[in-house]
Amino acid sequence: MSIENNILVKLNEVGFQQNKKWLVKGVSLQVERGKIVTLIGPNGSGKSTTAKIALGIYKNIEGQVEKFTNNIGYVPQKISIDWTLPLRVKDFMLLTDNLKDDALDEALTLTGVKHLKDKNLGNLSGGEFQRVLLARAISKKPELLVLDEPVQGVDFTGEIALYELIKKISEKLNCGILLISHDLHTVMTATDHVVCLNGHVCCSGSPKDVARNNEYKALFGEQASQTLSVYEHKHDHEHSNDGEIKKN
Amino acid sequence: MFDDFFIRALVAGIGIAFVTGPLGCFVVWRRLSYFGDTLAHSALLGVTIAYTLEFNIAVSIFITSSIIALILVKLEKKTNLPGDALLGLLAHSSLAVGLVAIGFLTFIRFDIMGLLFGDILAVTTDDLLTIWIGGALILLVLKLIWKPLFASTVNYELAEAEGLNPDRAKAIFTILMAAIIAISIKMVGLLLITGMLIIPTAMARNLSDNPQKMVIFSIIGGLLSVFIGLFSSLEFNTPSGPSIVAAALVLFIFSLFKIKQTIQLKN
Repeated sequence: MSIENNILVKLNEVGFQQNKKWLVKGVSLQVERGKIVTLIGPNGSGKSTTAKIALGIYKNIEGQVEKFTNNIGYVPQKISIDWTLPLRVKDFMLLTDNLKDDALDEALTLTGVKHLKDKNLGNLSGGEFQRVLLARAISKKPELLVLDEPVQGVDFTGEIALYELIKKISEKLNCGILLISHDLHTVMTATDHVVCLNGHVCCSGSPKDVARNNEYKALFGEQASQTLSVYEHKHDHEHSNDGEIKKN
Repeated sequence: MFDDFFIRALVAGIGIAFVTGPLGCFVVWRRLSYFGDTLAHSALLGVTIAYTLEFNIAVSIFITSSIIALILVKLEKKTNLPGDALLGLLAHSSLAVGLVAIGFLTFIRFDIMGLLFGDILAVTTDDLLTIWIGGALILLVLKLIWKPLFASTVNYELAEAEGLNPDRAKAIFTILMAAIIAISIKMVGLLLITGMLIIPTAMARNLSDNPQKMVIFSIIGGLLSVFIGLFSSLEFNTPSGPSIVAAALVLFIFSLFKIKQTIQLKN
């Protein structure tokens, strides 16, 4: 880790193109120890892509990624377990690390799914599976957590509880968290810094600043700054086919 | 003790079953059965090269199959053809080229049936050394790459994100596939090696609820297939490879009853 400023990962003007189309371009952000950075934006705005760039999954990128830790926990947005592979929750927990049984139990208890330990992964509900994914990512006590829509499929009360848990984890482990969400309203309380993406950084700042920002309102609709986010895609600028911003 | 051809075949088969069990699990989990077939077909080319250059057969097969695997990776990147079409292209063209090359080598008498379906009479004491030392090496390397290979089989991006280097594990696994084909070809035959890899594993899948169990059951399934197959091969004078694979099939059919039971219990 970089000693002076506790930075865990730093993206400098990164971009990634697939089939000659830019998925994201010119994104700069950094995640510091003990801080939660949230990426928001409409579908296809490059949130997951940005996370994958930060994680080093995408390799042919533009710009630089500086990583100051190798102890990373990741909850991907989509994961499908093939039925040909029989996998119990406890096998899955040990996927990338050799953990002691009590570290495993502790993480599963925190996310409220310890009773599922011996169950087969294929028999879990969407919400249960999401809690197992989160438990696996935190069980190794990572320095950097990357959570791509970690509460999808979880019921509303569970969702709030999980965000509170994420906040608690960041304090307890003193780790940095890069959180992806499409819903600013529910993550408001659990985030320090918001980056609003739409193929590029539309705006960023504290949750309150972003909610008041005109670009954010243009992207999510007027109500979004007061109530739940609405997917309205109104722009003050246009995108050309390759994702570049057209200058008006 | 290894004077008797049957004892030699048995010892060879046991060695092979210990390796095909765990490798077969990854073949099934990663959906590589057709890839295994392609490597096995290309082994014929390796055999002809070995005879032409008077070279060790196992080493020659290992090198040829590895090269075919490399060509496949290159073609996947360079062409727009789907993976299965490329696999078919390489499998059949390397088999064809191998057979054509054999046609030219008129000065050597080939036992084509033996190459395609295995021949227990052909297993020598040297082959036993190749199988057991080669097999031990394959298992050792597999143990070393187990974590990244298994993690990336479940989810590639998770493994990559958490620093396990899945690409290297995958490349090493491909080499291991070429190696198991090289050491087991005499015994099982090139047309049936994939059967030895996937049928005991398919049986094991029906009996297991976790990956470790599946690996153990597929080793046991492979061992039973070798015993039953070889004894019936001796008894009924049938070729060894098909006898072993047919025995594996019988075990697989029995394992289906176990699934039926579990489904009934659940309902």
